[in-house]
Amino acid sequence: MSKPKVSKPKVAFYWCASCGGCEEAVVDLAEDILTVADAVDIVFWPVALDFKKKDIEAMQDASIAVSFINGAIRTSEQEEMVNLLRKKSGLVVAFGSCAHLGGIPGLANFSDKAGIFERAYKLAPTVTNPDGIYPQTETQVPEGSLTLPVFYDTVKTVDQTIDVDYYLPGCAPPPDLILNAVTGILEGKLPGKGAVLAPDKSLCDTCPLAEYKPEKISIKDIKRPHEVVHDPEQCFLAEGIICLGPATRSGCGERCIKAGMPCRGCFGPTRDVKDMGTKVLTSIASLIGIETEEEMSEEELQKVLAKIVDPGGLFFMYSLPSSVLRRRRIK
Amino acid sequence: MNNDDNYGNNVPQIVAFCCNWCSYAGADAAGTSRLQTKPHFRIIRTMCSSRVEPDLIMEAFRKGAWGVLILGCHPGDCHYKNGNYKTDRRIRLLRKTLAQFGIEPERLRLDWVSASEGARFTRIVDETIEAVQKLGPLNLAVPCEVIHE
Ligand code: SF4
Ligand code: SF4
Ligand code: FES
Repeated sequence: MSKPKVSKPKVAFYWCASCGGCEEAVVDLAEDILTVADAVDIVFWPVALDFKKKDIEAMQDASIAVSFINGAIRTSEQEEMVNLLRKKSGLVVAFGSCAHLGGIPGLANFSDKAGIFERAYKLAPTVTNPDGIYPQTETQVPEGSLTLPVFYDTVKTVDQTIDVDYYLPGCAPPPDLILNAVTGILEGKLPGKGAVLAPDKSLCDTCPLAEYKPEKISIKDIKRPHEVVHDPEQCFLAEGIICLGPATRSGCGERCIKAGMPCRGCFGPTRDVKDMGTKVLTSIASLIGIETEEEMSEEELQKVLAKIVDPGGLFFMYSLPSSVLRRRRIK
Repeated sequence: MNNDDNYGNNVPQIVAFCCNWCSYAGADAAGTSRLQTKPHFRIIRTMCSSRVEPDLIMEAFRKGAWGVLILGCHPGDCHYKNGNYKTDRRIRLLRKTLAQFGIEPERLRLDWVSASEGARFTRIVDETIEAVQKLGPLNLAVPCEVIHE
């Protein structure tokens, strides 16, 4: 007697403004991906499978168990696709830094559409465009009209666009957290809605260099990573190299630290921090010369602070669209 | 924050954080000496200027403040010994960062006012209001949303 056919939970993967690294992260599950692929029915995954938008449109609402969406939202097409997936899915997981916080594409919020187009299609050294021709949402050609999605001035996180159930942090999320999330979803063992599926500790709590972190850090001088040779038995902050570890959520496996680079905050903040960039700015500024603050001369202070050349890009590297101000002001 | 006065005119709004031990008392001194200031500011009393973490300032701008003023004890006089030195470093770094957000550094001012300096308090408040009046409102609310073509 054959077993009754139990239908497997349907899963979708989608990408928005992203680099493709999150797709790679799914493939990086290595043989574990077979276990996942065995337990679920992948109904949509543009990078790997040939399903179309109309296939999703034809599905019943909420019939996809979970959609994993990576990338930030910057075009009308992305906005439309995530709205469609939201309607068709029981759960939506914002997958990776860009979906979660805006990520590197979110740094575009320090510019706007005109600035980005000018840079990419006119000023870039590899581009010759004397007539200043830019992509248009609609172009008339003899054969008819050609269209492109609308390119917005502002990059948004996924949860600024649709309702999000869970977040998988990281650039890209590491395999163990992805697997935990998938297993949790399949077994129905999930924390409350809105949770970030990673530990709620700061990176310093799990960092292998934490044992070298002095009780009291006083930053005398600020150094950029390329200016010094990092001592592998020294905490970056104690060396004067800005590390976002104190404000960043742990769970990445300290990938950058182990590769000799300070943390740049791709995991986002711990639960109670609202604006990660501003938080780091506050703590770094507090630590500068803390032991000699009363004697510090105006020149000394200015000299150290001048070493932070691009505070916006540094402190908000992964989190600009999710910050309180979200973007550069449009006048 | 509502930026319209009773007559529907667009008027500046300044949030002035004053530390309890010096600057708030300085504001009080301005009051008891009946010194006149422009009316476009709201005082928020904090225990120390260092209590005014930059995220509160970001929040004030986000909610419609045209400018933010932070007043603390003179260097060396902080009730908590050196809170104001930290405030100083944070505000310097924040001003630089705000410029990248398109927010003119003049909209954020840190200064020192002691308990007896009522006149100094009045002057700084007036100067800040004037500076911000020249710049106009920030109008952040709309541009933060997606702007369609
Ligand atoms: S500051 Fe950076 S290097 Fe130092 S303990 Fe924290 S995460 Fe590790
Ligand atoms: S060390 Fe920081 S930037 Fe690097 S992977 Fe971990 S959280 Fe991301
Ligand atoms: S108590 Fe006034 S600045 Fe600290």
